Amino acid sequence: MNQTASIYGINGPVVTVKDAPWLTMMEMVYVGNERLIGEVIAVHDDAAVIQVYEETSGLTVNEPVVSTGTPMEVTLGPGLIGNIFDGIERPLKSVEALSGAFIARGLRPEAIDMDKKWDIKVLAHEGMMVTPCTILAETQETSLIQHKIMVPPNIEGEILSIGASGSYTCRDTLAEIKTPDGKVKKIGLIQHWPIRTPRPYGRRDPISMPLITGQRILDILFPLAKGGTAAIPGGFGTGKTMTQHQLAKWSDADIIIYIGCGERGNEMTQVLEDFTGLIDPKSGQPLMNRTLLIANTSNMPVAAREASIYTGVTLAEYYRDMGYHVAIMADSTSRWAEALREISGRLEEMPAEEGFPAYLPSRLSGFYERAGYVHTLNGLDGSVTLIGAVSPQGGDFSEPVTQNTKRFTRCFWGLDKDLAYARHYPAINWLSSYSEYIDDLGPWYTENVDPDFLSARADIIRILQEESSLMDIVKLIGADVLPEDQRLTLEIARVIRVGFLQQNAYHTTDTYVPIAKQYKMLKVILYLYEKCKDFVVKQAIPLSQIQKTGIFDRVIKMKYDIENDHPEKFDAVFEAIDALQF
Amino acid sequence: MQIEYMGLKDLSGSLIVIEGIKGAAYDEILEITLQSGEKRTGRIIELTRDFAVAQVFDGTQGISLTNTRTRLTGAPLQMPLSKEILGRTFDGIGRPIDDLGPVYAEKYMDINGKPMNPVSREYPRSFIQTGISAIDGLATLIKGQKLPIFSGNGMPHDNLAVQIASQACIAEDAGKNFAIVFGAMGVKHDVANYFTTAFEHSGALSRSVMFLNTSSDPVVERILTPRCALTAAEYLAFEHDMHVLVILTDITSYCEALREISSSKQEIPSRKGYPGYLYSDLASLYERAGMIKGSKGSITQIPILTMPNDDITHPIPDLTGYITEGQIVLDRALSQKNIYPPVSVLPSLSRLMKDGIGEKYTVAEHPEISNQLFSSYAKVQEIRALASVIGEDELSDTDKLYMKFGTEFEQKLIGQGRNENRTIKQTIQIGWDLLRILPKTELDRLSPEILSRMFDSETTDTQE
Repeated sequence: MNQTASIYGINGPVVTVKDAPWLTMMEMVYVGNERLIGEVIAVHDDAAVIQVYEETSGLTVNEPVVSTGTPMEVTLGPGLIGNIFDGIERPLKSVEALSGAFIARGLRPEAIDMDKKWDIKVLAHEGMMVTPCTILAETQETSLIQHKIMVPPNIEGEILSIGASGSYTCRDTLAEIKTPDGKVKKIGLIQHWPIRTPRPYGRRDPISMPLITGQRILDILFPLAKGGTAAIPGGFGTGKTMTQHQLAKWSDADIIIYIGCGERGNEMTQVLEDFTGLIDPKSGQPLMNRTLLIANTSNMPVAAREASIYTGVTLAEYYRDMGYHVAIMADSTSRWAEALREISGRLEEMPAEEGFPAYLPSRLSGFYERAGYVHTLNGLDGSVTLIGAVSPQGGDFSEPVTQNTKRFTRCFWGLDKDLAYARHYPAINWLSSYSEYIDDLGPWYTENVDPDFLSARADIIRILQEESSLMDIVKLIGADVLPEDQRLTLEIARVIRVGFLQQNAYHTTDTYVPIAKQYKMLKVILYLYEKCKDFVVKQAIPLSQIQKTGIFDRVIKMKYDIENDHPEKFDAVFEAIDALQF
Repeated sequence: MQIEYMGLKDLSGSLIVIEGIKGAAYDEILEITLQSGEKRTGRIIELTRDFAVAQVFDGTQGISLTNTRTRLTGAPLQMPLSKEILGRTFDGIGRPIDDLGPVYAEKYMDINGKPMNPVSREYPRSFIQTGISAIDGLATLIKGQKLPIFSGNGMPHDNLAVQIASQACIAEDAGKNFAIVFGAMGVKHDVANYFTTAFEHSGALSRSVMFLNTSSDPVVERILTPRCALTAAEYLAFEHDMHVLVILTDITSYCEALREISSSKQEIPSRKGYPGYLYSDLASLYERAGMIKGSKGSITQIPILTMPNDDITHPIPDLTGYITEGQIVLDRALSQKNIYPPVSVLPSLSRLMKDGIGEKYTVAEHPEISNQLFSSYAKVQEIRALASVIGEDELSDTDKLYMKFGTEFEQKLIGQGRNENRTIKQTIQIGWDLLRILPKTELDRLSPEILSRMFDSETTDTQE
């Protein structure tokens, strides 16, 4: 334990150490006199390689490298929600208090405020046999989150003693447990868990519930499930971050973990500001009370960027074990892959595609497989949903990160440059995107939205596909030569595009739309289509005459005109369609 | 008392290898003395117990394995700073080249800077009026933003940068406390001269700091030029509460210098031979823009890059676009139509625009007008494609109006004089007038209230 070696070589964030056979793979170490945090990433017979999570400028050879004997861990306990951390769980507010507006090196503030008093309600009793993750006590972490104090996953046995309900800090011992091998373990409010090891669970349950996001194109066309995985690839300026922000704001998960991985500093500031001011539509509480931010911006050390994804998912699994539905937005996984590439390059490993290491696919699958809807060890239902943004180089989806992410995620929301240029947001391409969850979620939609949901959805997709093939003709010869019924299809497709798929994130009504209203809108559009088909095909009324009534524009505007809590106003739209006469 | 190391172990390109060096630190600056007494500067880029690899900034010509002595300076590269730097000109690594003598330093700062804590950042919201309609109206520049210009060789990006720098006046402080830091990396002598003369003419020279690394200067110095410039900017902004506009040109030369050094270090290349850390490296420059809570100053960055072969998917513009908060793209076709500035509106974007325009900052109608202009101009592109197939005469009446709108949009809104300084009100008025060319029913991004004001007032153009 705590054996010390000394630095042999330094190359960027990679430090080598000679003659230190006691170092283990993935062990956390302190590097140099400033005790920078590092992790062992390779062990050879004569040397070990360490990636350092902080800037190495100014480090010299022969400075000490102290082993800790434990892998990279995160601290888990009450007080995490509402906070903002860097990639290795250092709270940025404490860092600011220590070093001002610019981040200095070698700071190690506690992840959790150890002196804050928590009002604990004890649920277990003396003599009780406990298994991993048994809930011992609970406390109100924020107005939205009831934090459960659990037995760590690697401990079981009999409770020798447990404190009474009352006020505790994270330094206090809550209970003592006698394990089967006769040892006595002290349990407080916090526990530790290595970031690269998934936390155990009871069993995986099949996907059955959607993650409702309030975004029409997602909820209706390409739904994501609780416990599912989704990829959002898109070139710069297509709105990846905007989509992630919308999901973080409005999706119906209990807890949101937003990972800003190698992205812009101002964006994280914006999330912090926005979320503190925004109110959750369901609970009426500030959104920050269910949100946890991890910010490792692009100018922060690259190795910590690689760790930030794992830190985020470990925190998510911890809250999942309390029976919560947690959604992670990782923006962007490409930066994480690039961090892997950068470290791999410094190790002079043999590169595979585009310089990325050959283990990129296995690392990606390892990450996405940590999502899931599970029955936890303590008998609750919880889930971790992963939504990863991908920033393909040159907007080209054939590059390795996008392709490999596509293999391991089941929802694909492809962002489209042309839509973004026309300021059609969200710029999700309805032809190239897909969701494999629709079959799993069909029963939920049939039961909770409408028995006809699936056929209505299929109709919309069919109209959009017809439009796309008609547009090929229009681009060559113009729309005027098409027969009237095909022009009607184009017009309805326009209504779908502008009135339904386009959604204004800055409009108070349109930014979040409940699923019931979404479905009503869908029905109105399909009803209008049926009626107009009747006029155009059977009664041979020219489309232009119907257009003059302004009914199409009225339907397009219903997303703004009808408030989310006034579904009865749809009746007036249906009546207006019925009233059409020629 | 300082030890000097005699001779070198190896020498290749701009890199030297020194054996048996004691007490050296990673990133430390070395002073190299040649036999002739000439002194050069180097920086340690790889360090082991047995040897150190260093980059020599002024090039390695004249250096042999035996004729040099090397001394450790004990610190990474630092810049002497004081308010005197305003009006001064430096070379690429911060040495004065204007014959005015050294800067009397009030403070020394590490040129690598430190990452700004996201918690301490102030979210940028104040609008900067550049007087250029295409930017102010459609891709608004915000104080504290990093907004690059994507250009190509032979396009007037330099003129545009000078025009922005001369006309930029920050809404609330109207030019007070405003400074320009100009970093030129590998630019041609003429271009460097152009900037100096242009700043002199507009009277901006006394409030600017110039860092010039011309294309004949050593490549290695190019890596440090933007860092020196940004360190000076940080000093002015956060120590002296100034609003600093940093213009960096040309990022493409910078990236090529990075590639050259990376390959001489025998690193594994990623796309197009650029090093795998190009993204992180560029981010360490661009992310040094912004504002800090509790500080009055700000750093706004306008990096200029020439896209090789006008290809926006080339790694340099591509990675830049992922880091910066939008981009202004110049278009060769518009430039050939003699429209200045040739801003290609559709791919241009300002990510911070949404929070910095509207009633509180610019004009109440600004968001809707710009949104409608984008959407209508996108439609123009579709109709032009159609017209090129079926001929303009065959277009429907509405489509013909779109064609007219497109031409006037390019000439009246995008196009303007090289010294023409339009207020935001004028810009919005032009947009307003242009939209009236189109039939009311086509304007689906405008609220009914704006539509009625646009078409029901007595000045309404009639639609034939």
